[in-house]
Amino acid sequence: MTTLAAGWNGTQNKLLWAGIAALGAASFGVVALSRGETINAAWLVIAAVCVYYIACRFYALFIAEKVLGVDPSRQTPAYRHNDGLDYVPTNQYVLFGHHFAAIAGAGPLVGPVLAAQMGYLPSTMWILAGVVFAGAVQDMCVLFFSARRDGRSLGDMIRSEMGPTAGAIALIGVLMIMIILLAVLALVVVKALAGSPWGTFTVACTIPTALLMGVYARFIRVGRIGEMSAIGVVLLLVALIYGRTVSEVPAIAAWFDLSGESLALLLIGYGFVASVLPVWLLLAPRDYLSTFMKIGTMVVLALGILLVRPDLKMPAVTRFIDGTGPVWSGALFPFLFITIACGAVSGFHSLIASGTTPKMLENERQIPLIGYGGMLTESFVAIMALIGATVLEPGVYFAMNSPAGLIGTTAADAAQVISGWGFTITPDMMTQLAQDVGEKTLLSRTGGAPTLAVGMASILSGMFGGQTMMGIWYHFAILFEALFILTTVDAGTRVARFMIQDLIGSVVPSFRRTEVWTNNLIGSALACAAWGYFLYQGVIDPLGGINTLWPLFGISNQMLAGIALILCTVVLFKMKRQRYAWVTILPATWLLICTLTAGLQKVVHSAPSIGFVAHAQRFSEAAAAGKILAPAKTMEEMHRVIFNDYVDATLAALFVAVVLAMLFYGVMGIWKALGDPKPTAIEVGAAGALAGASSA
Amino acid sequence: MPDILSMKEWTVRTARLMVGIPDYDTYVQHRRTVHPDQPIMTYEEFFLERQAARYAVGKGKFRGCC
Repeated sequence: MTTLAAGWNGTQNKLLWAGIAALGAASFGVVALSRGETINAAWLVIAAVCVYYIACRFYALFIAEKVLGVDPSRQTPAYRHNDGLDYVPTNQYVLFGHHFAAIAGAGPLVGPVLAAQMGYLPSTMWILAGVVFAGAVQDMCVLFFSARRDGRSLGDMIRSEMGPTAGAIALIGVLMIMIILLAVLALVVVKALAGSPWGTFTVACTIPTALLMGVYARFIRVGRIGEMSAIGVVLLLVALIYGRTVSEVPAIAAWFDLSGESLALLLIGYGFVASVLPVWLLLAPRDYLSTFMKIGTMVVLALGILLVRPDLKMPAVTRFIDGTGPVWSGALFPFLFITIACGAVSGFHSLIASGTTPKMLENERQIPLIGYGGMLTESFVAIMALIGATVLEPGVYFAMNSPAGLIGTTAADAAQVISGWGFTITPDMMTQLAQDVGEKTLLSRTGGAPTLAVGMASILSGMFGGQTMMGIWYHFAILFEALFILTTVDAGTRVARFMIQDLIGSVVPSFRRTEVWTNNLIGSALACAAWGYFLYQGVIDPLGGINTLWPLFGISNQMLAGIALILCTVVLFKMKRQRYAWVTILPATWLLICTLTAGLQKVVHSAPSIGFVAHAQRFSEAAAAGKILAPAKTMEEMHRVIFNDYVDATLAALFVAVVLAMLFYGVMGIWKALGDPKPTAIEVGAAGALAGASSA
Repeated sequence: MPDILSMKEWTVRTARLMVGIPDYDTYVQHRRTVHPDQPIMTYEEFFLERQAARYAVGKGKFRGCC
């Protein structure tokens, strides 16, 4: 800890860190050992923050100095290729904000809410252990390796360090993740907006608002981001407030009161149109709005939790750790580690950490703050989401998150079923809560977003506005999640289109030309059809869709993290730093164990609620006997359910195959590196060229 | 670039970079010192160029995280 921690030594500092450690340990003790009584959310926050401080101060610096060998005197790509545009040496705190905004998304808000069915303790432990030893390590190592390679992308690095076949397999893996990600995020929006005129109206208003902003910043006042964003925020708040009026006038409300199926079709159509429009018109302005609202809301939520300090009402551990939970099926191992992906470890970040951030790094010394610290901040967002879900009465939580197939469609039925699980709830509680937030019903509002919105509304209305503001806060939270999910749908469809064009282009070269309109239209249509298929299948799923799609998304995201960590391990071996390779081998092994177990269970598990094949068989047997099982109403629908099951099973099996293939190439890479006496990592730029000395 | 930014400078620069627009003054200074003979984009041109570049999807340009 000599160069990086200069000035941090001395008795005072030792005392300070000992104090942080003691405080963290004490808070953790409260979180872990309280039984039978509610604990305050503040303990969770303090425990998390202490863990983050200690991890950032000790583990991140250890990785930087000993494992990676960060060289503060080495020129970064930002200086080597400085063009004032893509490659710009950027102040580390500014870059931190940029990096965090790029990695933060809907994942850490949804996963912990779903995982709360097992209680707050298992989720908290995985979020903290996962981020310290896996997630933040991955982000930081990928950022470092990319910075040593002129800011090359993850795919490029896998190709150059592990071979072209490994690169191609990884690329297919990324495309599959993209498709499942878009489907599951769109499903979250559908679940939140179905039958909610207020929410649907507000979210629909984001489209004309963004169009207006786009025109403003391109033709009226070019490049005035502050002005256009202020206009956008004001218009959205007006839409939010008038949404209540819309929902109260039956003639207008009918226009925005849509079923899940119609919303899904509208979203697929929207995704297609949005992805072929010029970016300045819709994507860019909405991206600006969603970025600023995302950061703003996260800050407000953090303040709310700190000021209100709500009690956690969910038990520390519920009986659903045995795998019989209603929100998603499967036992704690491996499915908790799949359900909370982002917030603990997210493979997607390896794409971001090898994107724009390494091109703007001023000095390698700043990698721990930006790579490791950025991920810790994202993890804190996950902790806040967990708090948002666990401050609700557990009965309310289960009523909102259990599919209608399990708890029925009336408040009385739901209360009866959930009371049978041992959680107190009365039909009045659900009707009253729905009325407070201005919705017709909150039963089976699966997908996480409505639960978090109710949690946020109850925390934030405790800060300002009280009961009367509940409806506004609830729909504000829905708006903010839907806004950045729609941005992801638009941007993600473009990425998927690009990858599809690239893949098909390797057979039909003319399809690669992205300046050709027909290519883009076909590419967008293929991309939307792919994620739209899974979305629609999720919407009509009787178990709510989230039950099927979220584990697939989690598996794919953890699979990518596993791939990124395998790459990091191979590069460490090639750098002849294998003494320290356990830093990436340990999390990679854990992720591989989790994704392979979960992937295989999704295919072959004998319980129809977990295994796709078992589910298909149950339907096949019923169909053979001439019986029709819900949700299918006709024999044709029965066959569609069976077909969908096999598609899902194939996808899960493909994920397993991709992981195994990458593991094979990883072991081969390590083997080759060990056989060579010299370091074989392919880096760019010379060591020791003082940063910034030779270029402006 | 100065290492220490004022709170206001930090907020403005961070907010702009979060949506993909780097610091314009830094760009101008870079062009003046390194390429004095070449034209410099106006802020408006710079903004439109950066806006298009942010979403020009390609390898290593992933927008929209989970």
